[in-house]
Order: sequence, then structure tokens, then C-alpha cells
Amino acid sequence: MPIDVEAPVIDNRRLSGEYNVLALAAPGIAAQARPGQFVMVKVGHGHDPLLRRPFSVFEILRDASGTPTGLTILNKQVGVSTSRLFDAAPGQRISCLGPLGKPFTVDPPGEAWMVAGGVGLAPFALLAEVLHARGTAMTLFYGARKAGELFYLDFFAQLGVRLILTTEDGSRGERGRVTGPLEREFAARPASAPVLTYACGPEGMLAAVARVAARADRPCEVSVERVMGCGMGGCYSCVIPVRGDDGQPHNVRSCIAGPVFAGDAIVWE
Amino acid sequence: MDLSVQIGSLRLTNPLIAASGCFGYGVEYADSVDLSSLGGVAVKGLFLNPREGHPPPRIVETPAGMLNAIGLQGIGVHRFIREKMPELRARRATVVVNICGSTLDEYVELARILSDVEGVGALELNISCPNIKEGGITFGCSLTGTYDVVNGVRKVTRLPIIPKLTPNVTDVASFARASEDAGADAVSLVNTFLAMAIDVETRRPKLSNIVGGLSGPAIRPIAVRMVYECRQMVKIPIVGMGGIADARDVLEFMLAGATAVQVGTANFVDPFIWTKLLAGLEDYMARHQVARITDLIGALDTGAREKEWTSS
Repeated sequence: MPIDVEAPVIDNRRLSGEYNVLALAAPGIAAQARPGQFVMVKVGHGHDPLLRRPFSVFEILRDASGTPTGLTILNKQVGVSTSRLFDAAPGQRISCLGPLGKPFTVDPPGEAWMVAGGVGLAPFALLAEVLHARGTAMTLFYGARKAGELFYLDFFAQLGVRLILTTEDGSRGERGRVTGPLEREFAARPASAPVLTYACGPEGMLAAVARVAARADRPCEVSVERVMGCGMGGCYSCVIPVRGDDGQPHNVRSCIAGPVFAGDAIVWE
Repeated sequence: MDLSVQIGSLRLTNPLIAASGCFGYGVEYADSVDLSSLGGVAVKGLFLNPREGHPPPRIVETPAGMLNAIGLQGIGVHRFIREKMPELRARRATVVVNICGSTLDEYVELARILSDVEGVGALELNISCPNIKEGGITFGCSLTGTYDVVNGVRKVTRLPIIPKLTPNVTDVASFARASEDAGADAVSLVNTFLAMAIDVETRRPKLSNIVGGLSGPAIRPIAVRMVYECRQMVKIPIVGMGGIADARDVLEFMLAGATAVQVGTANFVDPFIWTKLLAGLEDYMARHQVARITDLIGALDTGAREKEWTSS
């Protein structure tokens, strides 16, 4: 059940001139959150900006005994709210509502492949931790514009995640899109080896990953991000077309039916 | 302390109603909010048949408000009765069903169907959605259209009828009067203000529907004025809404003449707003020694400024 807390900022770690990781003391949310779920965040109580913004739960913070103490969000500065989150100071309180939405499947029958584009890395730190605890073999396909925008590589490496990196300018890893190496890895795997692919990033990338996985006859889960008003199913703004039992596309609310969907359920535009 | 209010034959335990289009079908919030603690739950507008609504983007933020053009996506009345009403009954919600028609006959048919459904407390007639072309707003922008819809529905139901009025007319009070004349038990106002936002970099409208409805604190003073104007014109209860975000805003609408209020956009920001609003109302009533909240309805003192002036 979602709760709303005025969470004090514990830490604001700048990753670049645009990206930061904001740690919030929200133990009640952290204790419930599962990989792929999100929180709705608002800085201040004013009416401008008015609405909350959705963020994947990036990491769960724990004390020495393992008890959840808070969570982090991966933020990219793009507008007013994200700029305020980029500039948030420790001690400042931020409204945090969650956890919300349907999580990823965390018991893949075989390997787990995570595909992240840019800020789409957001749900994968927590997923990797949970899968690591299960002993699942993991690969992260991680694409960004340039080398300086590939974050948390040591974190994933320490969890034993195999890293396959791409950048658009070729400054690190393979030049180009992340779907290139994904396609090759699928081709190299015998069809009998079970792989569950998880993807989060721009919708064009999600559509491409879903296509690649479908061609390889592999299951795939994507986490979508649509313009969201409430995160609770109240406003019907965050809809995405999903194929229904009748074979036709129907608009479903990505906040409560998602944000995680089977890649082949979505009717990509 | 008595917070109950009366809308026609329907008694609400308090004046707070979740606004249609802002609270799903109510069941989405059932695990987070005690639905029976709300005065009422106005569910998302229903046609006879399911609708997919408009493509995204469907909302955009504006200063102290937001535009929406959802396009009345919905599951249709039959699935609503089958899939949502059982839980709403089990949660003891006071259900206000918002109905929309492309034709007069569709409103009448919806009213007929819902009149036989256990647990439906009232019908709100959506004749004011600015985002769809056919029906609805066409009736709401014409005095005879408004009269005809209310009168047509009146003939087939004993449920309280609450036409929801659009502010996108010259004189909203005359529409309240037409509703009263046609047999409405109350009127609710205001629906959203037709509005527009443009991305100047791309020169494209920010909504797929190009235009949408403005809600949120930005519209509240206009909505309060419209409730005040309607109060002078009709005797039936008024359900006021438009940008309510705290208990003082509720009181503002009630003092202007509203019997009950609806809260919409603020619920997006804070789904737990209801207990805070109730606590705020109780605090006000205690401080002002108001035993019954109905004593505040229309209790605006327009002579106050003059008195203050002369007594100083």
C-alpha cells in the first residue's frame, strides 16, 4: 500500500552536470519497494509546479543490520522539478509517495539481461541487487550519448554483472545503439538457454528491444515512462496502447497496469 | 459537530466529494483511502459503450494548474455496474455516477439503467466536458439543451440529478436556472475552462487534442465567483468545485453558496488530502463555534468591509 512521507534528503550526489542521485529518508516506502516500482515526488508545497513527478526506485538504503532506511532516485535535470531535485540540499524535505506500480518479474528461469538507455538505468540497480541475491547470472546492456554519461559501472561490476556498453559518439564501448550487441548476443545463445530481458529507456529503444526479443522468441519486460499526473490510476493521462484479449489495442494506465509490461503486449507506435 | 449535508434525497456525511475524472472509478483508491469517509465519490464519466479517449499527451502543467484532454476514456456503463459497483458497495462509498451522452436518448438510457442499480446515490450529468466534439458540451452550452437533458432524465429516475455545468458560457447562472426549472436536485460547477498551451520551440500544441480543460488552483477565484452568482439565481443546492487544495478553499466555496464541494486536481498531488480537509473543516468549526456545517452555506457577509471601515 502506498504511503506519502515528507522525506528528508540524506545525500545529493552529483554524477555529472545533469545527473544526480538523491537519497531520501523514506524507510516505510523502502521497506515495501520492489524492483521496477516507482515513487511520485514533489519538491515544496507550492502550486507551481503543481504535480508530482514519477521516479523509479533506484536503490534501497539499509543500515548495518539490513533494515531499510531510505531510497535513492536517479534524476536527470530537464525541467523545473528535476532542476529542483538536482539542487536539493541535505535536510530539505521532499514529498515522496510510493511504492507504486507493477514490479519486474524477479524469478527469471535462467539468465537476466538488462537493457538500459540513458536515465533508463533507473530501475536496474535494485533489480540487480535482488537478482544477485538469487544468484541469477546477469548482463547489463547500457547505452548512453557519451562515456561521461555511463554511471554506476563499478556498482554493477561488484554484483558480478557482465557489462556491455555502447555510446552514440563511440567514446566508450561500442559506437551506436544498445540494440546492436543485444541482437548479436541473442544470436549467439542457443534457443534452449532461457533468458529474460528487461528494458528501460526511451520508447524507441523499448520498441526496438521488444522487436529483437520477439524475433529471438524470448520473453521481455519493458518499463515505460509516459506523462503521468497522479501515479494512482486517477487521471488517465499516462495511457499506453496494449493489445487486449480481443486482439485490438486498448489504452491502459501505465501507472497501475505498468509501468512494467510484457514487451509484446504493447502496441508500439 | 455535524458535517453532514443534503443533496436532494441524498445525505452526505460531509461535504467532500471526489471529483469525476480525477478519482478513476474510486476502486483505484480503495486500499489507500477509506471511501466511506468521503461525502461522496463521483466516478469517471460513463457513456453506454466503452471509449478509448484521446492519444497522449493528455495533460500538461500550466502555472498553478494543468490542462487535460483525456477524451472521456471509459469502460462503459455495463462493465462499470458489473466490475466496479460491487467493490464500491462493499467499501460503503456514496456513489455519484457521472453520465455522458452523445444524444439526449443516451443520457435517458443511462439514467434508466443506473436507477435500478443498488448503491448508486445520485447521477451527475456531464454536459460540460470541453474535450469531445459530439454531445455533452453541446447540451451544456445551450439553455434549451440543458433543460431538455435534465428534463428527459428527470422523467425516468428518482435518483438525485446533478447537472455539471461548464464555465465556458456567458452566464453560468442562467444554466443553473434552466437546470432547476427542468427538475434538477442540484447543480455542480465548474467543469474545466477551455484552454491551450503551445511549445514555442516546436510550434506544436502541448496536447494531442490541441485544446484542453484548465483545472487547479489557477481557476479557483473564477469558480468561487460563479458559485456565488448561481447562489443568487437558484434555490437548489450547489456543488462547488475548481482548484480546491485545502480546507480554506472548501470554506470559500461554501460561504459563496455551495452545499458540497468536489476536489479533483489536488487529489492527484495528494491522494491522502481527504483527512486533512476534514481536519481543517473541524478546526474551523471549532474556532468559529459552528455546530452544523450547513450554517456556513452562503454565509458570506458582503457588508463586512463596510462595517470594518465605519467602526475604525
